[in-house]
Amino acid sequence: MTKSRAAALWGVVGVLAVLAVWELYKFAGPAEGLTVGAVEGENGSGFLLLPRTNDRAMPHIWDMVARLFQSTSGGSTPPLFVPVITAALTTLGIAAVGLVIGVVVGFVLGLLMQRFRLAEWGLLPWIVVSQTVPLIAFAPLVASIGSQIDRMGTPWPQWLSVAIIASYLSFFPVAVGVLRGLDAPDRIHLDLMRTYAVGYWQTLLRLRLPAAVPHLLPALRLGAASAVVGAVVAEVSIGMRGGIGRMLIQLAGQGSSDPAAPWGPTFGSIALGLVAAGTIALVGIGLKNYRRGEATA
Amino acid sequence: MSAPTTGSTPAASTGLDSAGTDSTGADSTSLAVRAAGVGKIFPTKTGDVVALTGVELTVAAGEFVSLIGPSGCGKSTLLRLIADLDSTSSGELQIFGKSAKQARIDQDYGIAFQQAGLLPWRTVAGNIELPLELHGVAKETRRARVAELASLVGLSDFVDRYPDQLSGGMQQRVAIARALAEQPRLLLMDEPFGALDEMTREYLQGELTRIAKDTGAAVVFVTHSIPEAVFLSDRVVVMSPRPGRITEILPTGLGDVRSESLRESPEYFERVTAVREALHGSPVERANER
Repeated sequence: MTKSRAAALWGVVGVLAVLAVWELYKFAGPAEGLTVGAVEGENGSGFLLLPRTNDRAMPHIWDMVARLFQSTSGGSTPPLFVPVITAALTTLGIAAVGLVIGVVVGFVLGLLMQRFRLAEWGLLPWIVVSQTVPLIAFAPLVASIGSQIDRMGTPWPQWLSVAIIASYLSFFPVAVGVLRGLDAPDRIHLDLMRTYAVGYWQTLLRLRLPAAVPHLLPALRLGAASAVVGAVVAEVSIGMRGGIGRMLIQLAGQGSSDPAAPWGPTFGSIALGLVAAGTIALVGIGLKNYRRGEATA
Repeated sequence: MSAPTTGSTPAASTGLDSAGTDSTGADSTSLAVRAAGVGKIFPTKTGDVVALTGVELTVAAGEFVSLIGPSGCGKSTLLRLIADLDSTSSGELQIFGKSAKQARIDQDYGIAFQQAGLLPWRTVAGNIELPLELHGVAKETRRARVAELASLVGLSDFVDRYPDQLSGGMQQRVAIARALAEQPRLLLMDEPFGALDEMTREYLQGELTRIAKDTGAAVVFVTHSIPEAVFLSDRVVVMSPRPGRITEILPTGLGDVRSESLRESPEYFERVTAVREALHGSPVERANER
């Protein structure tokens, strides 16, 4: 397992390098940044070539960490990491629902497209186009449809709209991954299944799905990451309270007086992404026998 | 070139007697394969390609028949037609008196390809029992059958291994065991030893003759190795390309026991020469006749 240990080591080195670059620039860079072509007396004119390094723009890393353990908004409020974790868990739950919806939809689309070439020709271009629609434009639409449904009597909580928007991002890699994965079996294996005179479903279950695993895992990883990003962005754009996206915007708004605070939810959302990717990695370990081809190839 | 024939070939031309299995008298259901005027055309953008034409061939139950010829002679195509992996364009093809499709549905044959084609996520046992599992055979029966087959191909100690932990020869033996799993009366093999080294290949050839005798299955064996065809077969079917067709069928008459000593015997060399001449279409000058 020296290979995985080396990988872990390089991961740590990478993180340390980012921290070092941050502090190094903060130490060496100009406090008010470097602006070219500024007009005297006119605020915000010219081009900022080098960012500012003062404590308001770039707090020290240790300040960011320390801020996590200070009270959220003064008084007897709990330390910042408590609401960050709560908000992150809220968003994680919503992202998970979004991922599940995305995986189900992606799977059905992938299955259809693999089974019927006509479906592939008809659907794939639309699926690709769907990803070019900006989430910011699409999110309020989902939210307003959701609230209309709610008004008509069927309960439609706001988080469901967020989950739907998250699934809109996450279904894409899954659909493409399923399509490619189900087409992955070798010709010889398909011939073999034909000689066994078994039908589509048996071939799907015993051959196509297991053979698709090496394609599905990266697709799921992408889908999970997309679900997290989608959930965070959707929270912001439809103004849902309680999640990490909203918290990020709120604290960033107070950034000038409390510059280290927005880094709390930033770390929180990084942790979210890691948890999402890590979960898929665990799934991958559980399916390691289906990835044997990868190891030897 | 002589016309395609069934059964024994005129002995005079090859210097062989017709001791090989002569199946012309048998009725159609005891025949493993009966092909009458079988042709196969692949339509392409630039016109039709005739892959096979006028194939007349019978394979008796329990008989070992090799198909040999240069690339493009249609030997693999013929095997795929018998396996119903492709359908005939013309003529009549019967497997145990049924259509090829019905024979496939009834699981009358087992098949092995040049690549072992094992499922990498299944163990040796899992691969051998795959057809049994697909056809709903009970777990206990499967386990017993796997043990039996693993010992038949000499892999009893490896049933829990995964294909990537096996050598090419062992993988191919697993594929043969899998092909035998449902006790087929016909075994179809498409250059199964083609990708193996010479020593493994000779060893597996010996094993295959033993297995074929033990199981009593008829074998249709595609190869492009003349010694392999002669060593294994009761009859060698020589094919030639453009269009793919049978040019000659040579009985080997080498008897039931195929041991390593056969490889050194004069009659073996004689049959090898006969097949080579049939392949080249003219007498081959021998080293000792120069």
